[in-house]
Amino acid sequence: MVRGFGGAAAFPDEVWELVFSFLAADADRNAVALVCRGWHRIERRSRRRVFVGNCYAVAPAAAVRRFPEVRAAAIKGKPHFADFNLVPTDWGGGAEAWVEAMAGGWPHLEELRLKRMVVSDDCLELIARSFKNFGVLSLVSCDGFSTAGLAAIAANCRNLRELDLHENEVEDNCLNWISHFPESFTSLVSLNIACLEGDMNTSVLECLISRCPNLKTLRLNHAMPLEKLVSLLQRAPQLVDLGTSKFSADHHPELLSKVESTFAGFKHLKSLSGIWEAGPAYLPAIYSVCESLTSLNLYYATIQSPELLKLVSECKNLQRLWVMDLIEDNGLIAVASSCKLLQELRVFPSDPYGVAPPISLTEHGLVAISAGCLMLHSVLYFCRQMTNAALLTIANNRPNLTCFRLCIIDPHTPDYISQEPLDAGFSAIVESCKDLRRLSLSGLLTDRVFKSIGASANRLEMLSVAFAGDSDVGLHYILSGCKNLRKLEIRDCPFGDKALLDNTSKLETMRSLWMSSCSVTLGACRQLAQKMPRLNVEVIDERRGRPLESWPDDFPIEKLYIYRTVAGPRSDTPPCVWTV
Amino acid sequence: MSTTETGNSSTTESAVSGLDYEETQLTLAPPGGSRSELERKRGFSEGVDLSLETKDFLSGSSDEPPKPQVVGWPPVRSFRRNVLKSCTYVKVAVDGTPYLRKVDLEAYAGYQQLLTALEEMFSCFTARTYPNVRRLVDPVNGTEYVPTYEDKDGDWMLIGDVPWKMFVASCKRLRLMKSSEFVDIGCITER
Repeated sequence: MVRGFGGAAAFPDEVWELVFSFLAADADRNAVALVCRGWHRIERRSRRRVFVGNCYAVAPAAAVRRFPEVRAAAIKGKPHFADFNLVPTDWGGGAEAWVEAMAGGWPHLEELRLKRMVVSDDCLELIARSFKNFGVLSLVSCDGFSTAGLAAIAANCRNLRELDLHENEVEDNCLNWISHFPESFTSLVSLNIACLEGDMNTSVLECLISRCPNLKTLRLNHAMPLEKLVSLLQRAPQLVDLGTSKFSADHHPELLSKVESTFAGFKHLKSLSGIWEAGPAYLPAIYSVCESLTSLNLYYATIQSPELLKLVSECKNLQRLWVMDLIEDNGLIAVASSCKLLQELRVFPSDPYGVAPPISLTEHGLVAISAGCLMLHSVLYFCRQMTNAALLTIANNRPNLTCFRLCIIDPHTPDYISQEPLDAGFSAIVESCKDLRRLSLSGLLTDRVFKSIGASANRLEMLSVAFAGDSDVGLHYILSGCKNLRKLEIRDCPFGDKALLDNTSKLETMRSLWMSSCSVTLGACRQLAQKMPRLNVEVIDERRGRPLESWPDDFPIEKLYIYRTVAGPRSDTPPCVWTV
Repeated sequence: MSTTETGNSSTTESAVSGLDYEETQLTLAPPGGSRSELERKRGFSEGVDLSLETKDFLSGSSDEPPKPQVVGWPPVRSFRRNVLKSCTYVKVAVDGTPYLRKVDLEAYAGYQQLLTALEEMFSCFTARTYPNVRRLVDPVNGTEYVPTYEDKDGDWMLIGDVPWKMFVASCKRLRLMKSSEFVDIGCITER
């Protein structure tokens, strides 16, 4: 007999668990948990995946206690601007507290993904020993560990399927850590060691690869010479995702034909990266796989335009392309006509600090892509010039954009034809692209652009602002609009106290706010902290001096990091960080 | 395109608060050469920095005023920067010495700095500038050395002909060749 809406007792718990298991999104499971106590109980006991966007937002013990059956956890630490050295290295984000709590409360944990955290070798050893069925370890932009820690993982995780090390700073003190995988170990599906600096023992690696028939992803570091790479790859023709090592060598016809035949042997390859220092001699060997590629990352391949153009033009099925600005406008025009399935484009600067590099990559390249690639939804583009007209065209061409990150390299650069600010251009982007979730601004911008963003960017979740705006009003527009804003990071803008204090409750609806080199004073931080007990207001100041308590209210804040938390002020702040 | 406004807030704060970015910046020392001077000129140094773009290597100055560099801008992942950097170490050989050294070409803003570093590395040299060619001189026996490099095609070239960035991209190794050998080749006449 059905009692009524929310009558959890009408069905046994297992039925509800099964129903809830169809809810993949955390937001949906969170909503379910709020319906009634019964559903809350059932949901928490059946939740298998947990995502903690800010490691300090909740105490590890509390998370482990609430969801006792978690099998997969993902945790993020430092603010995004740590990637650009704006966050002190000792700021925090240590993984120990989490790993210790998980070791105690989640013995059946299978997957752990950490991003921008400080992970020690002790942590890795604890992970290796604590989880009997551990299968997936992913460390992205982390630091604090060495290859000795990796050896512990290799030696103890008998069922490891995935070891993904992406752009970590890893100390190399255990040269043969790969040999710690026992002879009986055959479960590897994915291995990404591209960020490791040291040489790998090729024969040990070859052995490992030969005995792991399910290996689909292999991303090597740059150290392996091309001849050794080729003999290794011949053991794994089933690869779907390959990151090569160095792709250059002295010209040898024998080696060239070996490389060609190895690549011709890849019948399932979809993703290609690495290709470090690619020379024109060996690059053509890749052509045979181009047609099947859906993802191509040429970031490390410092190839010049003609070869680059030829290569990408062959990749008719490309969905994701990461490339250097060496591709130039001509190359992008070729991509626009060849790669009709392109969804994501990232163009990085080959010479970010140069004054006037002879690179012909301008707004024209991006406009061409926006016109030719109808499925394009994600853009990251570094260039040196832009116009409002180009941005308008892009906005009109691609209203399906979900991520638009434009970095005009010189701050305060106006529309180079009209000399106007780029307000109109970015406004067009937010007004046209209704599903925009991520936006990075650059160039000369006034408060007007923030008015448009606040009013129109209803789905925006993450906004990055630098060297923009005229006054507090700019920040106020953002904080009083942008209904779904989760992360806001600001540097070098004239935003200050008033906008923050007028929008305090907004800050609790967001994950975090970063402000550096703005115009916020300590007094405003004190007021904010007092008014909002569930925010941590962290003042970061690396100048050596008197403690925070003795500073006056009008003291200008260097860096500010505000985040919502149910865990209270953290106990591991370094000397340069004060929780107000 | 405004160059003076770049990094203004950082510089102003620096002046006001006595913040010394140099003290807090992370640095890697280039092999051999003197540290603080060179690091300040490195394109990748973190902190307000005057990076000198040398268009004319002899005069050591550029047409534009030096650009102050801003911390963390443009937003390029520091990991990626470091990784791309590691490709530019080249061996340096000096005729008559048994050992080689290594230098990171990316550590220098131009020919001037590179040659200064080579002077300091092989500390017996002092530099002498001729109208067209830089030479290094060993004051003990007066032997002159001409800096040359091997490019990607395997040819030995005189340092200084091409723009600095092009040189960095194509240089595989350096050799300080004895001047006497150089003159014999017949490609230079003393003026």
